[in-house]
Amino acid sequence: MEFFRIKHDIPFMRYGKITTTISLLTFLFAIWALAYKGLNLGVDFTGGTVIEVAYRQPAQIDQIRDTLAKAGLTQVTVQTFGTAQDILIRLPLHAGSTNARTSDTVMAALKAQNPDVSLKRVDFVGPQVGKELYDNGALALLVVAGGILLYLALRFEWRFAVSAIIANIHDVVIILGCFAFFQWEFSLTVLAGILAVLGYSVNESVVVFDRIRENLRKMRKAGIPEIIDNAITTTMSRTVITHGMTQTMVLSMLFFGGEALHNFALALTIGIMFGIYSSVLVASPLLLMLGVKREHFIKNTAPRSGVTADGAQV
Amino acid sequence: MNRFPLWKYLLIAIVLLVSIIYTLPNFYGEVPAVQISPTRAAYKADNLLLKEVEDELNAAHITYSSAALTGDSIKVRFADTDLQLKAESVLQTRFRDGYSVALNLLSASPAWLTAIGAKPMYLGLDLRGGVHFLLQVDMQAALDKAVERNTGDLRSQLREQNLHYSGINRDHQTITIHFSDPATRAQASQYMSKNFSDLLLSEQDAPGDYILQANLKLATQKHLEESAIQQNITTLRNRVNELGVAEPIIQQQGPDRVVVELPGVQDTAKAKEILGRTATLEVRLVDENHDIAAALQGQVPYDDELYTERNGRPLLVKKSVALTGDYITDASPGFDQQTGQAAVHINLDARGARIFSDVTRDNVGKRMAILLIEKGKGEVITAPVIREEIDGGRVQITGMESAQEASDVALLLRAGALAAPMDIIEERTVGPSLGVDNIEKGFHSNLWGFVAVAVFMIFYYRVFGIFSTVALSVNGLFLVALLSMMQATLTLPGLAGIALTLGMAIDANVLINERIREELRNGNSPQAAIHAGYDRAWGTILDSNITTFIAGIALFWLGSGPVRGFAVVLCLGILTSMFSSVTVSRALVNLTYGRRVRLAHVSI
Repeated sequence: MEFFRIKHDIPFMRYGKITTTISLLTFLFAIWALAYKGLNLGVDFTGGTVIEVAYRQPAQIDQIRDTLAKAGLTQVTVQTFGTAQDILIRLPLHAGSTNARTSDTVMAALKAQNPDVSLKRVDFVGPQVGKELYDNGALALLVVAGGILLYLALRFEWRFAVSAIIANIHDVVIILGCFAFFQWEFSLTVLAGILAVLGYSVNESVVVFDRIRENLRKMRKAGIPEIIDNAITTTMSRTVITHGMTQTMVLSMLFFGGEALHNFALALTIGIMFGIYSSVLVASPLLLMLGVKREHFIKNTAPRSGVTADGAQV
Repeated sequence: MNRFPLWKYLLIAIVLLVSIIYTLPNFYGEVPAVQISPTRAAYKADNLLLKEVEDELNAAHITYSSAALTGDSIKVRFADTDLQLKAESVLQTRFRDGYSVALNLLSASPAWLTAIGAKPMYLGLDLRGGVHFLLQVDMQAALDKAVERNTGDLRSQLREQNLHYSGINRDHQTITIHFSDPATRAQASQYMSKNFSDLLLSEQDAPGDYILQANLKLATQKHLEESAIQQNITTLRNRVNELGVAEPIIQQQGPDRVVVELPGVQDTAKAKEILGRTATLEVRLVDENHDIAAALQGQVPYDDELYTERNGRPLLVKKSVALTGDYITDASPGFDQQTGQAAVHINLDARGARIFSDVTRDNVGKRMAILLIEKGKGEVITAPVIREEIDGGRVQITGMESAQEASDVALLLRAGALAAPMDIIEERTVGPSLGVDNIEKGFHSNLWGFVAVAVFMIFYYRVFGIFSTVALSVNGLFLVALLSMMQATLTLPGLAGIALTLGMAIDANVLINERIREELRNGNSPQAAIHAGYDRAWGTILDSNITTFIAGIALFWLGSGPVRGFAVVLCLGILTSMFSSVTVSRALVNLTYGRRVRLAHVSI
């Protein structure tokens, strides 16, 4: 069976204005969300203490809050985590008020109030570690973007590399925008997911670019927009199916992976979704705008004798 | 056209076989065990110890399934956790001194698998439960301490040399000495550059006040910092042994940090307390005037305390402390130059040296005891006889049975206390229930994702879909085998990484299958289409994987802990998928279709 038996090339480039507008709007929306709401940075980056505890009965959040206040811990966020029995306690990092001993104080207080409580997880991150993780995260993002840019520039041509990286940075900004808009917690694992998706969605651009390069040699009479249209149309089936498969895996993670993987899977889901769209409908119009020409690929071979008129060397 | 030479099939078969063997241990699960490992170099894990352990368990009527000597510890396996806990308490009582007795979980895989080094995947703390600490060594405090010691030495030695100063003080790591005339300062400066070679001197003048400033040389600072962190690591290791943790990890990270990972530890409050503990060393005189037999019956003299030497002999030690470990600058194992006996060389600072020389001069022929004090509880490390007055701050302790023991005592002397205070700057604790929960959830996301992908692929590409699915499962097998072989740490993000790489690996097969369909549409014969499909897709597969690989490498480089586990899986998954989705699926295609000369139709 086949989903995509397309007789004629879809004139994607003619819709260039519409797709670019849509991208621009989502992009601006994401920027607005980031600027206005900001990322809800997790304890990995801000420093502080997160404690996950479990009760056998549904927990009384107010009681827990009171108990902690009595133990001298203010500015505590207490919320359920996944189920009503699981409680997440967050203590922000304020000068001197939170340290490695805080979790012990919290557990002692909770145990005194209700011995039924059991500790599931503690994350304590000191201020300098949080800053380092933040810096390293930003550096990793730059390294990945730079590495991909360099690789594509070597493998194809700088115009391809630039359009692909812009398309994918656009994805990353949209993922970040979603996290900011919905105030989902942004942790180290989410960042890892974003970087993986950055590497992954570039695949899509690579596949389309491969076709464009092939078409530049084969379709001598066609204009650049037609060549791009043909490349997108012929790779469309593959694009949708592979992304669909990866998305299936990621959705399975979202549904079965539990709370710990939830935001990670969420970042991947959004990333893959926008990855299909951007690498096809953002990268290719950009390529056109940057003025890709046939000569960029075949200038060395064309004038020489022994090459057929259409430039192909079959 | 679509035939593989025999060696390629053989290669695939061998790789598959090896992968299956190395994946096997993951299916056997784990059995409760107790692990006994010596914590002092003088004690060995050998067949003698094994026999003792077995006898002890038999005497207590605790049945064990096996007891074996592996590496530097004895591991005893039990049928259930009840027996394990019972055995632990019995062995704990018997091997309290010099051994660490810890609960452990050991792979239940058969002996032949263990013999060829096939182990289950190494689970990270987020999957097996435990504590991860990142400790920061306060280097400023270590340097301050060193400068303070130098200040004290200068104070006494300048006085001894009759170099009169009007004031000496320390501000952080700068020693400032005031002189009333430049001549004395010049003499002092000369004396110091000869005898205090660790200090960098500079002069400053004010009316009537001639100042000499001393700072630690950069090389000395570096040396001090290195030895401080080394000493702290040694100390931590000794302390963790006390905690009874089966497979602790203690390693340096960067110039001034230490990572401590304690799998299975639940009582984090206790762990924190023990890691942060400060132990001290004391030198006291042995009381040989009173009757030891009476003391053993409870009549300990008022000024004395009763201790047991390491060889089991009781000892009466005076309560008054002659010297504390604060004066020790270094301790190293060596040999006595005359007798060739094993010895420990201790260096004391100036004040310590003077105290020690006074004490030894007044007590020649008597014994002194060297004690390690922790939380008010002391242990006699050694109690030698004082042969003569010892001055100069260089002390040699003999009486050790072997060079091993000498190095052990030296280590204890050095490792008794932390060289510099440490702060916990990061803690990650995962409870055992959450760990098990994480494994289960990670496994389920993989399973259901895989099932969904397999169903779709077979439905959409038919026979080629089956090939792709088989290739995908082989990819999963390779990945698990590689992770098991390399003993790379598998974390929860790592488990997610397996799902993600499987999802991405199918990309290669989709790419190939689509190409074949396209070639068929263009009117190529099935054999030619298959050939061209695999051939042309390869370049694209390579390209698309390299970019993800770049991301994986960056994550491995800059990530930490669980994220690093994800990066490892991502990179390995890309490598295995390139092999399985291209070579393995091709082999299946070739086996099925390759030999048919007149192939009219392929199921795709």
